[in-house]
Amino acid sequence: MIRYLIGIDIGSTCAKTVVMDGERQIQFRLLQPTGWSSVDTAEEIRRRLESEGFPLEDAAVVATGYGRVSVPYADKCVTEITCHGRGACHVYGESCLTVIDIGGQDTKIIQIQQGAVSDFLMNDKCSAGTGRFLEIMANTLAVRPEELCQMAAQGGGASISSMCTVFAESEVISLIGRGEKRENIAFAVVDSIVKKVASQAGRMSAGQEAVCLTGGLCGYPYLRQSLSAALGREVRTAEDGRYAGAVGAALSAAAIQK
Amino acid sequence: MSDYVSMWKDLGMDLENHDLLCQVLPTAVGDVFLTQENRPKGMDFWDLVISEVHGIRPKELIEEQKKGRKVFGTFCVYVPDEVVVAANGIVTGLCGGSQFWVPGGEAVLPKSTCPLIKASVGARLGRTCPFFRIADMYVGETTCDGKKKAYEILGEDVPLYVMDVPQMKREKDILKWKDEIAEFAKKVEEFTGNTITVEKLNEAIHIINEKRKALARVYNCRKSTCLPISGRDALLMMQISFFDDPVRCAQMCNKLAGELEQRIADGVSVVPAGTKRILVTGTPLAVPNWKLHNIIETSGAAVVCEEMCTGTRYFENLVDETQTTLDGQFMALSQRYMKTNCACFTPNTGRIDDILRMVKEYHVDGVIDCSLKFCCLYDTEKYSVSRALKEAGVPVLSLETDYADTDAEQLRTRIGAFIELLNG
Repeated sequence: MIRYLIGIDIGSTCAKTVVMDGERQIQFRLLQPTGWSSVDTAEEIRRRLESEGFPLEDAAVVATGYGRVSVPYADKCVTEITCHGRGACHVYGESCLTVIDIGGQDTKIIQIQQGAVSDFLMNDKCSAGTGRFLEIMANTLAVRPEELCQMAAQGGGASISSMCTVFAESEVISLIGRGEKRENIAFAVVDSIVKKVASQAGRMSAGQEAVCLTGGLCGYPYLRQSLSAALGREVRTAEDGRYAGAVGAALSAAAIQK
Repeated sequence: MSDYVSMWKDLGMDLENHDLLCQVLPTAVGDVFLTQENRPKGMDFWDLVISEVHGIRPKELIEEQKKGRKVFGTFCVYVPDEVVVAANGIVTGLCGGSQFWVPGGEAVLPKSTCPLIKASVGARLGRTCPFFRIADMYVGETTCDGKKKAYEILGEDVPLYVMDVPQMKREKDILKWKDEIAEFAKKVEEFTGNTITVEKLNEAIHIINEKRKALARVYNCRKSTCLPISGRDALLMMQISFFDDPVRCAQMCNKLAGELEQRIADGVSVVPAGTKRILVTGTPLAVPNWKLHNIIETSGAAVVCEEMCTGTRYFENLVDETQTTLDGQFMALSQRYMKTNCACFTPNTGRIDDILRMVKEYHVDGVIDCSLKFCCLYDTEKYSVSRALKEAGVPVLSLETDYADTDAEQLRTRIGAFIELLNG
């Protein structure tokens, strides 16, 4: 008998796991770095679920994210686009919305109408405007990504023109060399991400529906604030925003018969 | 393919590198085609041709050359085969669909050139394509800037003739293209030593029309809601048709179409009922580029039509067969070819009309608009194509890719999500 719905979102940076009960209430959340092996991560998640009292026999499991094929015990794989769409509807309590998911290696803009994905955009191979971009720049500035975002709020004036992460890093190094204030460089980094994401979002029909953020950058207030300013619309975040993919996967598991 | 080694040697090919290419092809064919279930029996012919794609047809071409016939290698569906056939010449496609040739092209071309052009130039310069070695003359055309400049490099060691394709479709452009065809005919006469007469040209027009009708007959079967052939198989048939003898091509396609029509009558489909039907539109898919079709069809959907040069643009519209003067025939040819809706024209709203019509004719659930990387023309048209489709309520996914397999998983995610969207 299925007592729990489990969604596992193995992203390029973090693996997110959510366990829901029959009432679609989240009973358990798990966040961990993906590490170098999705297979090992999936196995770790399995053991952790068992020890937390959610044995797989009692659950329907859906895997998503780029590592979705590495979860041998998943009953089904669903793409992260569908999962983020479904998950965002649940997390934000909306059935029509635009989801902006800034992930580790890609950024997705997902349009939802009546609870279903109606259109989506995803950046190509390039990592501009993704979490990875932020991570690399934070490394160069010798701070953590969240610190970079906090510093950015105090900065201004500088800009980075390159879309390519590698070239942008060279620009950051030039700015450091010129003696630019770290806050100003941090501002330039966040500004570059926000502009890239806003231009992608601008390609989707800009209706009146809510714009909601999912993914790992949900908890960065300054990013939300400057993205709202760039789009000219209030961007919403939620505590469970970074679990949206896993929540969507768990919801998708409801259709599984065992 | 070992039987052909001496032939390849005589063609001055780089055997060592060519061997590397020959080694990867059987695996690709096995993975993409032979894993499919319930394929039409008629596909045996194309399976055989693809298994010896650098052997069977090149050997025939060389035999014909020995009899004094000339082989013309072409790059584009705008070059009128009829003119060459009327002068007893042979038209063949050229290689340009594999990542294998891209680095060779990048040695002389900017990296930001489309992979089709880079691969063609690489295949020629690397001496790993027998068709490039065999062709007595290449016939280029001015359908994009990348090709125009690449022809200057390709033309350095083989006779190369370039046709000037108009960029608009006004009456004077159709007249201009007629003049281009007439001038090309003179060149072909000179090169082959054969005179193009009204009778010979009418005969050639008929041959090519029959080939178009046969290809259209296969595509017609794909309109059925009972889908008798996979997109991969139809694409392979289409790709090989650029290389085959036109009369045999028509025979084989008609034979296949007969089998498909019977399948429809018997209710035999290659996919389960309810499988989502995809129209693929955009830039050409040259052999052996099967990446897109393979991902779509192994993600649970079926490709039912290609609105592209290796698709409907190759066979839609026939040439008038009733003309009695060369001038009238050249005009009839121009009128037919100028109906082909290539993104090199402005405006090109005819392509959008074609896509919307095909969505209806082929009972399409969703459109995947895919262009080769760095094809500015088709990439730009994605905007108007997707807007028109959205207005018509047809889901559309825009993609850009090249020949490398490195983005296969990213494509699989996008295409998978698109199919999930169609399935609701």
